[in-house]
Amino acid sequence: MARAATTADAFNAVAEPRRRQILDALAGGERPVNELVRVLGLAQPQVSKHLRVLREVGAVDVRENGRQRLYRLDGRALKPIHDWVKAYERAWADRLDELDAVVQELENEEEGRGSDE
Amino acid sequence: MAVTNSQTAKLTLPTDEQIVITREFDAPRHLVYRAYTTPDLVKRWFHAKRGTVTVAEIDLRVGGAWRYVMVTDSGDEIGFHGEYRELVPDERIVATEVYEGAPEPYPGEEVVNTVTLDEVDGRTIWTLVIQCPSKGVRDAIIDSGMEAGLQDALDLLEELADSLR
Repeated sequence: MARAATTADAFNAVAEPRRRQILDALAGGERPVNELVRVLGLAQPQVSKHLRVLREVGAVDVRENGRQRLYRLDGRALKPIHDWVKAYERAWADRLDELDAVVQELENEEEGRGSDE
Repeated sequence: MAVTNSQTAKLTLPTDEQIVITREFDAPRHLVYRAYTTPDLVKRWFHAKRGTVTVAEIDLRVGGAWRYVMVTDSGDEIGFHGEYRELVPDERIVATEVYEGAPEPYPGEEVVNTVTLDEVDGRTIWTLVIQCPSKGVRDAIIDSGMEAGLQDALDLLEELADSLR
């Protein structure tokens, strides 16, 4: 089956509120699908559909445990979102590195003069 | 809040309307305060390695105005201005900030920046809390240019922060 283009990356996969609910639920640990059905109050086919999308982008992993299939979160697929915030964080990191350089210079000046505080 | 190692700024999103950035400096806080509030010194760090600060005006008193202008490496001029709300020398600076180039629908929207300097054993823990008027403004600050609709993903990010590190 062709993969829907709109759900092919992590951004789109988590843009859907129900899928975010699933990820939120899985953030607390791995769960079988029937538990997700209960938490979300959705029909199982719908939950399974959302899980399939999340698995396609790698945000969710599944393993067999006896007769149960346990779903769990895989944070790596969400890295693009993390990177999005990171870009802003990096700008501040660079700014504060520069501030640090100025502060160190002030400290050297102060020490050079002897303590005048 | 946990503080990371000294050379790293750490960003967290504790609420829908806040951005919090922390960093440690290996220097007493009065020096960080001086570097933060002296125009000639601000010109040396505010550029964040992305351009040149051409204007740094600071009227350091409650109700006094501040304005910074930076010319980016790509030639864009971006201005920021605001007003001091609270000043505790060496300890705390509370000031409003307006980003003069804010995109629609956010022109003129004001955030409140609170800088706190905590000194521990001669080191300074610098914390900036950016309080935004709405989640939309907060996301626009972080977002700057990405398509709308993804902001909600930040909600998720907050809850999943641990699994992403």
